[in-house]
Amino acid sequence: MSAASDVGHHAQRQARWHYGEIAFWLIVLACGLAFPSRYLIMTDILRLALFAMSLDLILGYAGIVSLGHAAFFGVGAYAAGLLALHGIVKEPVLALIVAGLAAMVLGFATSFLVIRGVDLTRLMVTLGIALLLEALAERFSNITGGTDGLQGIEMQPILGAIPFDMFGKAGFFYSLAVLFLLFLFARRVVHSPFGLSLRAIKNNPLRAAAIGIPVNRRLIAIYTLAAFYAGIAGALFTQTTAIASLDVFSMERSADLMLVLVIGGTGYLYGGLIGAVIFRMLQELFSTITPQYWQFWIGLVLVVIVLVGRQRLHRWVLYVPNLIIRQIAGRKAIVAVPESDS
Amino acid sequence: MTAILTNLFDGVAYGMLLFVLACGLAVTLGLMNFVNLAHGAFAMAGGYVCMVLVNRMGWPFFAALPLAFVSSAAIGIALERTLYRHLYTRSHLDQVLFTIGLTFMSVAAVDYIQGSSRVFINLPAALQGQFDLFGVGIGRYRLMIIVICGLLTIALQMVLAKTRFGSRLRAAVDDPRAASGLGINVPQVFAFTFAFGCGLAGLGGALSAEILGLDPYFPLKFMIYFLIVVTVGGSSSITGPFLASLLLGIGDVAGKYYVPKMGPFVIYTMMIVILIWRPNGLFGRTAAR
Repeated sequence: MSAASDVGHHAQRQARWHYGEIAFWLIVLACGLAFPSRYLIMTDILRLALFAMSLDLILGYAGIVSLGHAAFFGVGAYAAGLLALHGIVKEPVLALIVAGLAAMVLGFATSFLVIRGVDLTRLMVTLGIALLLEALAERFSNITGGTDGLQGIEMQPILGAIPFDMFGKAGFFYSLAVLFLLFLFARRVVHSPFGLSLRAIKNNPLRAAAIGIPVNRRLIAIYTLAAFYAGIAGALFTQTTAIASLDVFSMERSADLMLVLVIGGTGYLYGGLIGAVIFRMLQELFSTITPQYWQFWIGLVLVVIVLVGRQRLHRWVLYVPNLIIRQIAGRKAIVAVPESDS
Repeated sequence: MTAILTNLFDGVAYGMLLFVLACGLAVTLGLMNFVNLAHGAFAMAGGYVCMVLVNRMGWPFFAALPLAFVSSAAIGIALERTLYRHLYTRSHLDQVLFTIGLTFMSVAAVDYIQGSSRVFINLPAALQGQFDLFGVGIGRYRLMIIVICGLLTIALQMVLAKTRFGSRLRAAVDDPRAASGLGINVPQVFAFTFAFGCGLAGLGGALSAEILGLDPYFPLKFMIYFLIVVTVGGSSSITGPFLASLLLGIGDVAGKYYVPKMGPFVIYTMMIVILIWRPNGLFGRTAAR
């Protein structure tokens, strides 16, 4: 077997759906049906999961460290809010796409700034862009509502048929559908040759360029796509909560997002989804113990994760599931192990 | 005309303060290539120590300042020896996560101990108010800041340029491997410099309570400013961050005065433009290795 076909074979095997993945989505759906009183928090988790998946695309697959991912979330949120408030695009699904595209345009424009320089410069530039947008949103308070945020947003029924109800049932299944569709697309992208070339860039940009991968163009493409995802997440936030306030741009949001992804693990797409569930649960737990100071415990979790080492932690977390799956499926079937970060 | 001069004066005071706050970070980034986002937490610690000593225990302000320095330096060296040390060889992502975690913890801890409202340090009467110099209004407190920070800057420059420790430090910044090959104990040099940088941040925190405002969110609010100073100034010399802080200070004060609604906008735009134009900073050679 030649090297090329070997790589192709390996990539195809990786891309195949595992039983574990199907089980994962069935469990998510079952949760939606089993806990009808918890729609609001579950919708919140789905939104966060989508947002984290967006960061995973650039951090886990392309290795871009961003502290300002909230910029795209915020643009999506305000875009969806303004579209609904002024009745420009009334239908939520269409508005969702338009909001995502707005964030995508910003992502494309700023990607040229981000691909320059190394980690620290990227960190600063992404953070700077988010802060800039926050300042802008505050400045043009006649459009954005300033610190009060956008208020009085009335959402039309989804596809003109399913109205948003006050228990958040429609919102939950709407978010779940959006998340699942976007997940399918992301999964397709990261297992395509394009996705493989991104991993090559992440591991060694110089070598990737040497074998003929157009590094900058690939980074621009994935950054733009991630911005689209983040914009959709932001738009879902506005549509399901009917508010958009200045804190959508805040640095804490970007930092929390980083934590979500770190808890779940980067580079296998499920990291953001699992991380979102654990993060929200931790947050609930800490805020019931110490309502005002939960941030301390979140910080402690971050510090401990880094000190213990993310690799080791994920091996522990996945140890039991892998043991069970190995018993059932026999062979080397395991839950995807997160890729090593350089 | 006098308004311009007063603004310039305020801007210089502000810039000097930023320099004292941020120059420790320049060393951390330049020497060990370590992204320490928790730097502001050390400054906050110094500020709160000073506040407790002056307001609660009745110490004179000038006696409390050195203690702010010492306590921040002590916290700095304790953390360096126990935690930071393990992270020098890790990826930038790990360092960012770790230091953000520390920042969150410090914010919540101070909030828990001292409450979330802004605190003020009782200043001696000699430092309050302002006087006129050829029609230019000069705040006494700001004048003191310029004097203290100016002296500190000169002292730092002298230490770096003239002493044996300074040459060791410069050697370690330029090429840590070659420096350790020459028998310089690089980790020790670094630990000492780290502690000193934290101490300076603590002193800066104590001085800045009056001007920047001191509350538990200080490390988050000013993190971006410290990072701007270091990334724009570069970390290969002390003059780079110094000029960058002055630029930032004057720019920020002028921005807030002349285009009040665009305040932060000016600073962030300036930073992004400079970073795009020169990714290694205005004066830097090896700010980001």
